[in-house]
Amino acid sequence: MSGPATLEAALASGLSTEEFRQIGALLGRPPNPTELGMFSAMWSEHCSYKSSRRHLARFPTESPRVIEGPGENAGAVDIGHGLAAVFKVESHNHPTFIEPFQGAATGVGGILRDIFTMGARPVALMNSLRFGPLSVPKNRALFTGAVAGIANYGNSMGIPTVGGEVFFEDCYSLNPLVNAFALGIAPADRIFRARAEAPGSPIWCVGSKTGRDGIHGASMASAAFDEEAEAKRPTVQVGDPFLEKLLMEACLELMRGDALIAVQDMGAAGLTCSTSEVASRGGAGVEIDLDRVAQRETGMNAYEIMLSESQERMLLVVRSGREAEVTRIFDKWDLDAAPIGTVSGDGLLRVRHQGRLAAEVPCRALTDDAPAFDRPAARPSWWPSPEVTPADLPEPSDWDAVIRELAGSPELASRRFVYEQYDHMVRSDTVVRPGGDAGVVRIKGKEFGIAMTLDGNGRYTARDPRRGGALAVAEACRNLAAVGATPVGATNCLNFGNPERPEIMWEFTEAIAGMTEALEALAVPITGGNVSFYNETEGANIFPTPVVGVVGVLEDATGPIPQHFAAAGDLLFLAGPTGGDALGASAFLKEHHGRTDGRPPKPDLDAEVRLGAFLRAAGATGLAASARDLSEGGLAAAAIESLFAPGGSRLGAELQVECPDRLEGTLFGEGPARALLSVRPGDAEALAGLAAREGVPLAAVGSVGGAALRIRVNGSPAVSLDLEGLADTFRNSLGRMALA
Amino acid sequence: MARFAVLVFPGTNCEGDVHHAIETVTGEPAKLVWHKEGSLDGFDAAVVPGGFAHGDYLRAGGLARFSPVMEPLIRMAESGRAVVGICNGFQILQEAGLLPGAMLRNESLSYVCRDVRLRVEADSSPLTCGLEPGTTLRMPVGHAEGNFRADDDILEALEADEQVIFRYCDDGGEASDAANPNGSRNNIAGVRNARGNVAALMPHPDRAYEEALGGVDGCRLFESLHRFTES
Repeated sequence: MSGPATLEAALASGLSTEEFRQIGALLGRPPNPTELGMFSAMWSEHCSYKSSRRHLARFPTESPRVIEGPGENAGAVDIGHGLAAVFKVESHNHPTFIEPFQGAATGVGGILRDIFTMGARPVALMNSLRFGPLSVPKNRALFTGAVAGIANYGNSMGIPTVGGEVFFEDCYSLNPLVNAFALGIAPADRIFRARAEAPGSPIWCVGSKTGRDGIHGASMASAAFDEEAEAKRPTVQVGDPFLEKLLMEACLELMRGDALIAVQDMGAAGLTCSTSEVASRGGAGVEIDLDRVAQRETGMNAYEIMLSESQERMLLVVRSGREAEVTRIFDKWDLDAAPIGTVSGDGLLRVRHQGRLAAEVPCRALTDDAPAFDRPAARPSWWPSPEVTPADLPEPSDWDAVIRELAGSPELASRRFVYEQYDHMVRSDTVVRPGGDAGVVRIKGKEFGIAMTLDGNGRYTARDPRRGGALAVAEACRNLAAVGATPVGATNCLNFGNPERPEIMWEFTEAIAGMTEALEALAVPITGGNVSFYNETEGANIFPTPVVGVVGVLEDATGPIPQHFAAAGDLLFLAGPTGGDALGASAFLKEHHGRTDGRPPKPDLDAEVRLGAFLRAAGATGLAASARDLSEGGLAAAAIESLFAPGGSRLGAELQVECPDRLEGTLFGEGPARALLSVRPGDAEALAGLAAREGVPLAAVGSVGGAALRIRVNGSPAVSLDLEGLADTFRNSLGRMALA
Repeated sequence: MARFAVLVFPGTNCEGDVHHAIETVTGEPAKLVWHKEGSLDGFDAAVVPGGFAHGDYLRAGGLARFSPVMEPLIRMAESGRAVVGICNGFQILQEAGLLPGAMLRNESLSYVCRDVRLRVEADSSPLTCGLEPGTTLRMPVGHAEGNFRADDDILEALEADEQVIFRYCDDGGEASDAANPNGSRNNIAGVRNARGNVAALMPHPDRAYEEALGGVDGCRLFESLHRFTES
């Protein structure tokens, strides 16, 4: 082995003096430069979760449905009928800022590998995006570039993107967020786990050749950015969705037999991470010879090969004697596949290169022995945010103009510009398309479907992290209920600033506490996820942005609750607690008054549980002709979203509200646990009966029909907007802003 | 013996949809055929489905024509049996010289996935033989290169010979600019060859064959194809 690495080299690679000392203690000698690089990647925040591990342990992770909880490549829940849903969300924030198209695209590629690694065929994608305001040209380039990259990868893979969210705030200008979600289906008793067992079993590297791209991406994703961030472009990988499509088909074909013991995808920290994780999970060791790794470039050294993040590669642990099956299937798909080593029994990761020992490290030293911090957390002095009430705000005079402004605002305008670039119909299973509260895919030959949604509100979490965390979970569950689905599991992506700052750690622990309260109240287990810290550029941190992905089961996939008004003459009802007129941190405050202050509404988890049961019953009995949850933009936004169906059909509506005082809270208040339903007149009584039984307050708020959106307040007309103009504003504004 | 062959190239991703749609709509068996196959003997019709054959490297459909299965596919077309392309399949049939024209990138320069309305222009093709010209149908598109181009004289000949089988139209049946998702000349969404046995379109009937998917108009095209193979 080459000579020992120095402390200076360790510090330069992002390790601390104390960590360097620990590595020496674990090895009983100083590491060589290759080993130091391996530790630097594996002990990075991105791979080791060293600042978050202790806190993540608070999430509820168990239910009778959970097959695989946190710790594997993705979580898996039993969805009945012998099937499992395998899903996860993961961030690709830092690479996207450096190179939006490839950064976002490889985020999709990475999350898809996590799913088919488990033996599941991916059937749906979603994504959650945050950018700076589109008035800034650079933000438009980041936004359109990231969307095009996501589209390119997901579309080429033939997997529909059925949902997601995108929001814009100043704080994301230098630090956009790209969180990619994927969901796959597998037989419940055929979930593959990434655990190397049976010493002597051959280890194969399959898929793409290994190159110098992406070396040290994991460390890059674990540091705050400075002005030189764009010089880090070589640490961003380049994706090839065609190759990944072939790799996916080949792996799934191979996994139908029993030639494999384990599969591990190669993402962050490449060969280092995949070999050490697969070995330490199985309590084994691994011996590999880097000369047998197919390489894209000449003259790569051991350090580069071990840390390359070249995309579209997988590590296979093959059953001895079954190698011919691997060769046959990978030949069919014209992919590289070569044995590079074997499973050993001594717990060591032993790396040979050009006939010499290049590294020899206990696998567990890289994984389980990584440091775990309990970083100090401190509540900032500004907390709690003062409440904002209409009395603090100038009263609008032209309500038509306000509604029009909000319908075309970055916060509330239709996301059509984004989701029409994503193939959301391939596989011919999409029964609720993007633009609704949740995406739903059916499973051919079965009656049921899978509903999914991604939600988060950074503005809420910034002003009150505990409430923001709880509201993200509550909104996601509400969105599923609005299509008639029952939540069965959740994944999360926690996007936060620099954890070395106590106020950031306070945000983090508070948000987890809020999420935990809501997950427990709504009985939804977390099955996995990802933490992205160091979302800090030039000293400015993003809003703390926990994003929650919740997956649900819809027992009758032919009958999701429609997401748009169905027929003229139907009656409108607002379900949920009264007094939901809170404006703190609301979309209205941001878009009309340019303010992001105030305190978000207080979660009402009991009311969420009741509303969920009510919506599912209204869906199952066919009483709900349409439903929408109330969230950003309140009642007015829910009504506008319900007007314009994807097929082009459109129905007007008249909202009738009673309002003793100022109108803002009634129209735009974001109080939780509420939904807007339309109902055939003959079903109104039955719906009222159902609401009473479920303990959900129900108020009549108007009817469907006409060629306009009208609002009557206390019986007097207040708003009248013709449908044609409103459709153009709502449907086309985001595209106009993006392409300005 | 399966009557319908559904070709699968590396990167094809709509083979399952087409297979399922054919069997659901026609009740006849369909079979997936890998691109390395050298024969299509015994099939009455072949469908080239959508996706990104060979990764769309070089250009959409540009490499697929070198796949071994293209030789029997061309013989099948020459024998008068039905050969049909959908989306990427349309591009592949153009590249193979079985259909006229070429596809440019969409005018928006972006991939577009949404419902469009189509007007049936001619019933002289395997995809339209059961349809009345003037009928309008709704189904999704999903492509980045569907901007149909041909020289003026070729275009004129196509129109005169009724080789244009589908045009994008609005709800009122007008072939307007606003209804065109990609900028194709004359709002062309689908064409046939001169003999009338090879046809293709950019929209996806394989995504509109059950009410749960938001529409069933795609069934009419598979019914036509079935009818064509019976005649």
